[in-house]
Amino acid sequence: MNMAKTIAFKQETFRDDYSYSNSAEAIRRFPFPFAEDEYMYSVNIEQHTPGAPGSVFEHAIDIDEHYLAECEDRRITLENDPGRYIALPHMMDAQWDMVELVMESLSRDYPDLFELTRDGDNWHWVNKPLGIDQKFVFGDESTLPMEPFEYVGRQVQGDWVVMDQRDDDLFADMGIITSQADWSLAFDAGMSFKEWHGPVPQANELGIFDRALKYLLHLQYGSPVRRLNWTMTVNPRLDTSPEEYPLWGPDNVSVTADNVGQKVHLRVELQALFRLPRSNAMAFSIRGYLASIDDLKTYPRWAKRLRRVLTNLHPDLSEYKGLDNYRQLVIDYLAPMDDGAELELGTHPE
Amino acid sequence: MSVLNVKVAEVEQVTEVVKHFTLVQENGEPLPHFSGGSHVVVSMDINGRIHRNPYSLMGSTANSDSYHISVRKQENSRGGSVYMHEQVKPGTRLQITYPVNLFAISKLGRRHILIAGGIGITPFMSQISDLNRLGYDYELHYAYRSPEHAAFREQLQEMCGDRVHFYVDSEGERLDIPDLLSHQPLGTHVYTCGPEPMVKALHLHAKNLGWPDNHVHSEEFTAPPSGDEFTVELALSGMEVTVPGDMSMLEAMEEAGAEPPFLCRGGACGRCELEVVSCDGVIMHNDHYLSDHEKAEGRSIMPCVSRAKCSKLVVNL
Repeated sequence: MNMAKTIAFKQETFRDDYSYSNSAEAIRRFPFPFAEDEYMYSVNIEQHTPGAPGSVFEHAIDIDEHYLAECEDRRITLENDPGRYIALPHMMDAQWDMVELVMESLSRDYPDLFELTRDGDNWHWVNKPLGIDQKFVFGDESTLPMEPFEYVGRQVQGDWVVMDQRDDDLFADMGIITSQADWSLAFDAGMSFKEWHGPVPQANELGIFDRALKYLLHLQYGSPVRRLNWTMTVNPRLDTSPEEYPLWGPDNVSVTADNVGQKVHLRVELQALFRLPRSNAMAFSIRGYLASIDDLKTYPRWAKRLRRVLTNLHPDLSEYKGLDNYRQLVIDYLAPMDDGAELELGTHPE
Repeated sequence: MSVLNVKVAEVEQVTEVVKHFTLVQENGEPLPHFSGGSHVVVSMDINGRIHRNPYSLMGSTANSDSYHISVRKQENSRGGSVYMHEQVKPGTRLQITYPVNLFAISKLGRRHILIAGGIGITPFMSQISDLNRLGYDYELHYAYRSPEHAAFREQLQEMCGDRVHFYVDSEGERLDIPDLLSHQPLGTHVYTCGPEPMVKALHLHAKNLGWPDNHVHSEEFTAPPSGDEFTVELALSGMEVTVPGDMSMLEAMEEAGAEPPFLCRGGACGRCELEVVSCDGVIMHNDHYLSDHEKAEGRSIMPCVSRAKCSKLVVNL
């Protein structure tokens, strides 16, 4: 019943030798995003309520077999570039809101791994996988080894942007971003919702951002929502940032018909939005999952569907997501598996 | 929408017309934290008809043991405030929404001027607990009718020290809004909550003095005005709902079993906005959300407070 007991954390890397791999269970629970053969942007938002046991939607913040390796990858990235963490001075209430959100969720959902004891403002936090045992005073920054948001941000998988709400808009005033699909927090910090979505093709014309912003401004505490987004990445690399483009950009032309199955990964982001109580800010979590084309091929339904989505993809989206160099190779690689038979709607593997 | 089941722990008669209710969670758990300026919507079952009224949270934001709301008994009440005054006693169980904030302090403001009229003082009380905690520069200007209506005066003196200024109308004390606004440094934000003429005056004077719109904040919840009976057709579900004269369009749709979205129920937030497909009469816009231009266009309606003078209104729901 409790997944936590069975998580075997992997020793693996997301850089250099790229030893990252998925267990059969991790492939099975992969949040495959395509319910239909065609993909176009939509305001595909649903309530972030607990999903099926074992699925990535089961808990508010998902922890899986890659937890330790992802935390380590984040530590390396922050060490090389501390600017991947930004918190503007007026976001201190939001920092503490994040401490509460992370510690409460993890200790409630994974009691074997994380423990939180509260006595008024005196909190005691135990993170067993990372070997952390910390007593601190909630609201008093001097009792933690670093800023509160950075402290908890280093103990979760996935990136976070925390937005301040003012002037009927949302501003990206805080974030910890080390596994981004080619966007930069240092560039976007302080921007309004439409400013930082400016580069996204097609969606603005569809009026998506007007509607999404209106919806988000009304998001209530206690009623988080989620959506899936996706792109593709060559090699299982978390830090595909513009800052490090020289390190990973050239990989995009390294894909061949022989290595496409192992090299190309579908990168799915489980994006959740939480209203924060004390600050009235909005936390936006971007939790990435990587599965190689060979991983996905385990399930013929997914292989067929992915091939069709990539075949039908609008050229603007293909370019924006950076797929142009290898999209056709993936399509060709999956072609023998696609019998053309109609697939029923849905994202399920079998 | 997430709701909280609370019970009334205490009722205090603050002035002749204002009662202060202390709410605690029924299961004994602490209540969710909230930010200064937030409100909750309280559901009341009045003779089998559900009324939902928004009330500002006025307790300290540091306190999660209880919520505090105050209700002024309205002379032309549709029942909500009278019910709160006459029927709600210690021990009464109520259902409230999670807190929502439509009246937040701008965290980038250099200075904050708060202007309250009468019962409009309530959202400022939780804002002040945040302003004090954060050490922000602020002033509170609180105008009320007469000494008998001086709700929370002592408490405010204690909270604000020399930052609070009182204006007692019956003693000839008037708040000079243009004078107050014209002496503020750049970077100041002004906030008001109170009777409609006061809110309108503030916006007008601020505009005349060249204040940027996004430095002028107000909160005004309107009670749904009554009117003539009309019929609403919900185009997507094909439902047809009669809206009686003494019920809001939102309430009538809910009673008929539809589940339209809503948040503040006072015409302020915009969440319940519905697209108007057709109307064979006039829409009576009563909200503070749509611009004058949008109201004139008549393509949207806020069913929480607005209605129509027509035989049939068709909306996209």
